[in-house]
Amino acid sequence: MGMIKGVAVAVALALGLGAAQAQEKLAGKLKVGFIYVGPVADFGYSFQHDQSRKALLAAMPDKVETSFLENVPEADSERSIESLARSGHQLIFTTSFGFMEPTLKVAKKFPKVKFEHATGYKRSANVSTYSARFYEGRYICGEIAGRLSKTGTVGYIASFPIPEVVSGINAFMLGAQSVNPNIKLKIVWVNTWFDPGKEAEAAKALLAQGADILSQHTDSAAPLQEAEKQGKFAFGQSSDQMRFAPKAQLTSIVDDWDGYVIGEAKAVLDGTWKSHDTWGGIKEGMVVLAPFANMPDDVKAKAEASKKAIADGTLHPFKGPVLKQDGSVAVKEGETAPDPMILGMNWYVKGIDDKLPN
Amino acid sequence: MRIDLSPRTNRSPLMDGLAPILAFVVAVAIGGIVVAAMGRSPAAAFVTYFVTPLSEVWSLQEVALKAAPLALIAIGLAFCFRANVWNIGAEGQFVVGGLFGGWIAVATHGAEGNTLWVLPLMLAVGTLAGIAYALIPALLKVWLGVSEILTSLMLVYVAELLLDYMARGPLRDPAGYNFPQSVTFDDAARLPYLMEGDTLHAGVLIALAAVIVAAIVLARTLFGFEVRVVGASPRAARFAGFSDVRLTLAVFAVSGGAAGLAGIAEVAGKIGQLQPSISPGYGFTAIIVAFLGRLSPVGILVAALVIALTTIGGEGAQIDLKLPLDLTRAFQGLLLALVLGADALSRYRVRFVPGTAT
Repeated sequence: MGMIKGVAVAVALALGLGAAQAQEKLAGKLKVGFIYVGPVADFGYSFQHDQSRKALLAAMPDKVETSFLENVPEADSERSIESLARSGHQLIFTTSFGFMEPTLKVAKKFPKVKFEHATGYKRSANVSTYSARFYEGRYICGEIAGRLSKTGTVGYIASFPIPEVVSGINAFMLGAQSVNPNIKLKIVWVNTWFDPGKEAEAAKALLAQGADILSQHTDSAAPLQEAEKQGKFAFGQSSDQMRFAPKAQLTSIVDDWDGYVIGEAKAVLDGTWKSHDTWGGIKEGMVVLAPFANMPDDVKAKAEASKKAIADGTLHPFKGPVLKQDGSVAVKEGETAPDPMILGMNWYVKGIDDKLPN
Repeated sequence: MRIDLSPRTNRSPLMDGLAPILAFVVAVAIGGIVVAAMGRSPAAAFVTYFVTPLSEVWSLQEVALKAAPLALIAIGLAFCFRANVWNIGAEGQFVVGGLFGGWIAVATHGAEGNTLWVLPLMLAVGTLAGIAYALIPALLKVWLGVSEILTSLMLVYVAELLLDYMARGPLRDPAGYNFPQSVTFDDAARLPYLMEGDTLHAGVLIALAAVIVAAIVLARTLFGFEVRVVGASPRAARFAGFSDVRLTLAVFAVSGGAAGLAGIAEVAGKIGQLQPSISPGYGFTAIIVAFLGRLSPVGILVAALVIALTTIGGEGAQIDLKLPLDLTRAFQGLLLALVLGADALSRYRVRFVPGTAT
């Protein structure tokens, strides 16, 4: 009987505590929630998003409070998103493409909660989308690779043939061709965003095929470390991975969501938040290049100049003429590729000797 | 010294019933100590894990939703495991069921006129696909004597890669910017929702029906008797004229069918489209659920609910108490180890026998 009494006490205690928690929710801070597809310690995409959560906390410690759920499987994410909405979060960042449909569904149920979905293309009254023009950074990496490669062959570790990755490959190639028209690009598709083992294997294969510079669209530091081991060079991805390869990293395309996340939280606090699509690049500070390193000063200076030119609009990675692989014209002379073309890119530019997986 | 386990001759039904409850209490106590060591209130953690999810209509529905596929798969596995046949590949059968059932939905997308037949056909195709896929390891075992543990497990990866390929390739939404997912299914291809709020879908009824049918089959039919006899004493079963071969094929078909049905129910219920990955490991977790439930249908239902509860409570703990996901996983592991341990202690007497181990 003593046990039953104990349970009763525990339940009573529990209910009391529940009430106390409910009161805390009314205290008036804006609760901001984040859903990550990977672990926050991946040192790539999810890590970088979590940096923006920390930046938000640091920027407005008295006005916001944050929570996150990590390692959320995309096919099982609806409940996770809804738990955040139900526990009083008024602004929720769903940070992976696969969260698109669940985000829209939960958003319909919670019209007052604002949702921010990264890299998707479907919006609604309370769902915004945001992404970054990573291809801008890729173009500059391509230029650097074109200038530095001694073998004239560059390796590229690609994840999935979605437009963001394909446009990245194309921009990289166009940048490289702009300084070395005969440059060769070897591509390995690894079909993963994060798998250090597979990425290292791909890096080894590319280096063995004569590539002396590696670029990657996957999240681990394994390719950089492989390049470092073999005395070759590489570009980092998502975050500044210098600490993993101090002698090999030329630069890294860093996703910087800090400004965006803080801006959206401010908009919600001010009551000015509206559903919108944001696609920011170097100019907006969403795409940041880690400090140029391991290269001669003149290459560095040229890279800085390109960065500036892209930011002020005088240089566009997809400035015509851009030819497709088969020689047909994709962008005419004197024009630049319109955003929808880049967002749906499913073809290679001329000079890439690879077949796009379908 | 050696440890000797001898079966208890006078097992008390009370102890049998109390063992898992006791294990649960011990697990909660240990978990509480860890939580306290992390500087959080154990009482609040207890509430978040076990009380809050049961105190809201919505979270109750989510618990049921999470438990349904686990219970359905585990019920099928119980037939295998009772007959000493080791199907470790339910995850693959789940995926194949979802893929082929979902294929029907993609193929009939936008169909006009009477579409009442779509959903039943999907469920049937999903189930049959699961059965067919499970028969591969079964036939290999029967014909060539290949270990079904290995083949069924390896076929999981084949199934996952097949789904991955189909979702990125042939079944991809043509209007989806090359993103790896199919069209969202029409309403005719979705399991209907049972309650307001569009959370609980009819898949839970399927799982519930499976529990009832399995309980009757195991207790009251010749097939159920055969399964039990072969498991308890293969030699006696052979004398009784039961065929090993037929039984192996039959239990693999039952478990494959259940897993396939769970797969298509998940796709037609919660997800509503095909994605490169549709399962957060249900097929593997179900193995644990089957043993936690002592391979009995009702026990499995309870075990599935407990696992679902801790998963959802764990999400709450990440949000409300900022406790890491790893703690939830460690706690689930602890709970399983203790329940199985308590079970063994209630069935066997442990004696420490002096001398060296033989």
